[in-house]
Amino acid sequence: MTGNVWVVAEQWRGHLSEITYETLALGREVADGLGVPLTAVLAGSGIQELAQTLGCADSVLYVDHPLLAEPIPELCAEALAQLIEARKPCALLVPLTNVSLGVGTLVATRLGNSAVNFCKDIQIVDGKLRAICVMYGGKIEAAVEPAGGLAIVGVWPGARPADKGRSERSPSIEEATVTLEDTRVRLKRYIDPEAGDVDLTKQDVLVAVGRGIQSRDNIALAEELAHALGGEVAGSRPVIDQGWLPLSRQVGKSGLAVKPKLYVALGISGAPEHIEGMKDSALIVAVNSDAGAPIFNVAHYGIVGDVLETLPALTEAIAARKTAGHHA
Amino acid sequence: MATCPATLEELPRYPEGKEILTCLQCGMCSGTCPYGDVMDYPPRRMIAMMRAGMLEKVFTSDSLLSCVACYACMAKCPRGIRLTEILLPLMKEQTLTHLPELPSELQRALQNTLRYGNPMGEPSRKRAAWVKTAGVPIRIFSEDRRPADTLWFVECYTSYYPRGQDTCRATAKLFHKLGIDFAILGNEEKCAGECGRLTWEPGLFETLMDYNMAVFQKYEFNRIVTSCPHAHNAFKNRYPALGFNWGLEHTTPFLGRHLAQLKPLLTRKSNYTVTYHDSCCLGRQNEFYEAPRQLLQAIPGVKLVEMTHNRVNSICCGGGGGGMWLDTYFKAKGYERLSERRVKEAAATGADVLAVSCPYEVSRFEDALKVLGYDKRVIVRDVTELLAEAMEE
Amino acid sequence: MHILVLLKMVPDVVEDLEIAPDGKALDLEYLRMILSESDDHALEQALLLKERHGGKVTVLALDAPEVDDALFTAVAKGADRVVKVVGMDAGSTTRQAASALAQVIQKETGLMPADLVLTGVQAIDDLDGLIAPLVAHELGLPYLGIVTRVSLDAPGQSVQAIKEYPGGVHGEFEVKLPAVLGMQAAEKPPRYVPVAKVRTAMKSQKIDCTLVPTLADGGWLAIDVVEMKRNEPAGHAEMLEGDPDQVSGKLCGILAERGLVA
Repeated sequence: MTGNVWVVAEQWRGHLSEITYETLALGREVADGLGVPLTAVLAGSGIQELAQTLGCADSVLYVDHPLLAEPIPELCAEALAQLIEARKPCALLVPLTNVSLGVGTLVATRLGNSAVNFCKDIQIVDGKLRAICVMYGGKIEAAVEPAGGLAIVGVWPGARPADKGRSERSPSIEEATVTLEDTRVRLKRYIDPEAGDVDLTKQDVLVAVGRGIQSRDNIALAEELAHALGGEVAGSRPVIDQGWLPLSRQVGKSGLAVKPKLYVALGISGAPEHIEGMKDSALIVAVNSDAGAPIFNVAHYGIVGDVLETLPALTEAIAARKTAGHHA
Repeated sequence: MATCPATLEELPRYPEGKEILTCLQCGMCSGTCPYGDVMDYPPRRMIAMMRAGMLEKVFTSDSLLSCVACYACMAKCPRGIRLTEILLPLMKEQTLTHLPELPSELQRALQNTLRYGNPMGEPSRKRAAWVKTAGVPIRIFSEDRRPADTLWFVECYTSYYPRGQDTCRATAKLFHKLGIDFAILGNEEKCAGECGRLTWEPGLFETLMDYNMAVFQKYEFNRIVTSCPHAHNAFKNRYPALGFNWGLEHTTPFLGRHLAQLKPLLTRKSNYTVTYHDSCCLGRQNEFYEAPRQLLQAIPGVKLVEMTHNRVNSICCGGGGGGMWLDTYFKAKGYERLSERRVKEAAATGADVLAVSCPYEVSRFEDALKVLGYDKRVIVRDVTELLAEAMEE
Repeated sequence: MHILVLLKMVPDVVEDLEIAPDGKALDLEYLRMILSESDDHALEQALLLKERHGGKVTVLALDAPEVDDALFTAVAKGADRVVKVVGMDAGSTTRQAASALAQVIQKETGLMPADLVLTGVQAIDDLDGLIAPLVAHELGLPYLGIVTRVSLDAPGQSVQAIKEYPGGVHGEFEVKLPAVLGMQAAEKPPRYVPVAKVRTAMKSQKIDCTLVPTLADGGWLAIDVVEMKRNEPAGHAEMLEGDPDQVSGKLCGILAERGLVA
């Protein structure tokens, strides 16, 4: 294949999102595997300084246009399409997040090209790009090869560790121009969430407590862990029944059905009524003093131990890791 | 009953409807109703509103969500008005169409039952998965079409929930030891639908009834024995309208009939003090009070004690009438869960074991015991589990 | 106002998914189809808008197993007209489905003009694209996805739509009509409709059937599914051994590998 591998750098409200670096890390491997350069494409308005952090790529294509200040999928797609027509990359990796959803499809249809969605990994097979995609709610893995000249691939979060996509290197930055017309879709304002307004079904991380938490006071320990992981506290029925957590925090048959990226079940035995509400979580970690607790049949990782001892140790370990890995 | 009124409009033309008009307004129903003190319209008031032409008010209140279809009102009514069987389901059907939003857990349960044949939303292809762990051979009709004497209708909670499967395995063991010629429907089995009927959804019930009758007619058997008292009710009271004419028994009275054969097999002595919870459908509705007690007393070493409210006065576990899926709703309203009320009585008897005979009760009572912190003092066992335990060497 | 709702049936993942003998697609034998969850929300949102502002709701779907159930349920919930597109090859992709729908929308009487075209934001089998932006592009209409609230602005001119962003942030948008919206969730959960009502709808209503138009070669290129297989879940947790500090360290490493420790 000829032509560069392009990665769309996702910018939102003045920052580059984590998935940008994850996708760059993936893009780096793909570009190296194909023996072509890697280009990061950054589109926005007045955000050129963000391009400096994209050194994992060999070059950055920067497009500045007032209409690209906020990521409106139609406009982003139109800009990308124009750049692609001019420069003919061989692959375009687009993040699959709320910010960028739809961009990959629109670029593909605008160019009369195919698109591949749900990608978690890319392999190079016989000099061609093969996307490994996770479909049907995570149950099925499909290996897909896009036909034709340009592979447009939508990439899930977590395809590669973000750290692998960060680099101290200064990339070469090239400015490009596009022609855009005013859109029929206009962002008026952002509405930030109220403090205390928590919808468990929208959380990526949940730290759930069961009877093993033993008292209302110990819930504070769970809250610390949740905070360290960027998530929220949830509870199984007995905890809510005791009044230790409000009804809005209940997970299970009688509560909410949740599918977070990480579900930590602390002192929860794993009764079917609870499992019903969280079994589709992407990663389930359970801590319970009972080695025979049914929760271990659905968890991916399990720890047999005292919740009240394990919990603070875990919070500490995570805080330590974050401090060590934090970039100023 | 061959036919019964399908709508409130039809009701006055039926004997049952005329009966309702003979209500004395004595209040026995509301007084005995476990949630009578918190309902806006307990049965007595509902009938008064009906006579006053003000039923609209009843339908637009969520009062009927608190009815757990426990038959207590019907059992006590001096006029014998068929409250739980006729009036209340019709009222609930109307309330369903008037409620702006159905509590989501109940909605999910109804949708799952329609789609997957069980309220939990488990795949139909896993319904007979427990058979592999039964420890005794279990014949499945779709795999072996020879006639059997008995069709064992296992039902949903018994098939899918781990504690329910414990009961299944115990039942299978007992059937095997008694030499019963039985088969099950396996993955072809779907919920009998009784909780759909008493829970707002006659359309769902009809769909399930149509399906089940079609499946029954594929195979040859003489009787149906079922582990679920709710299924027993549906088969007894409603299915005959579509031609159901097989013998019918719930496992507990069925085993009770085989007591003479069973007793010599119960060799293991236990030191349990057992109190028996009369389930609403088996007890009040069908008056099967003594068979379960006789079975328990046949177990060597068992001492039987009674709770304050026993037999016709038994307190419902709260699972009927949709209550199984309305715990969150009740909690939000600040009502005491009936299962908690009941296990407090059980614990007060000093019993080690709370014996039950309905699949709902196992999970509801175990849950309540955990919440109240009694779970080290009292365990819950289905009668069949206790019998099977007593058979072990 | 006239709202067009696009529904799609997808494999029901409650039942185990099996792979076909050729190893490239799902085995259809035990497959059950269910209405795509976010499409159900799109229908609910359409019905809410109809209740608020009057008008009609037309539902359009491609033929698929169990689609009739979904269409009659839509009628029982309040849809005015339901249309089924027949004649598509089995196993068509999202791209092909969107093309067919867009063609039918333009050619079939009564589907256009519509003020809004609502459909789900994404379905679990959208391997080669999303319906909403694809249809929007073919119809030349504006598109906004991940919408959770829709309110009529200047009737016939524009709508206010709320789009969900990460971290609980919402974006308030103005979208000119007619437009295509990809619904993430309706303002209220999809309503319950009694089975009896659906059965009545089955007896009293008709599903309009229309033949899929011959698709002009869209010029787009296909994707080739080389292999499909089950993502095997662990039967039991991998147990981490050690004292609290040791297991915490191990677990922390696992989480960091998955990008869960920022």
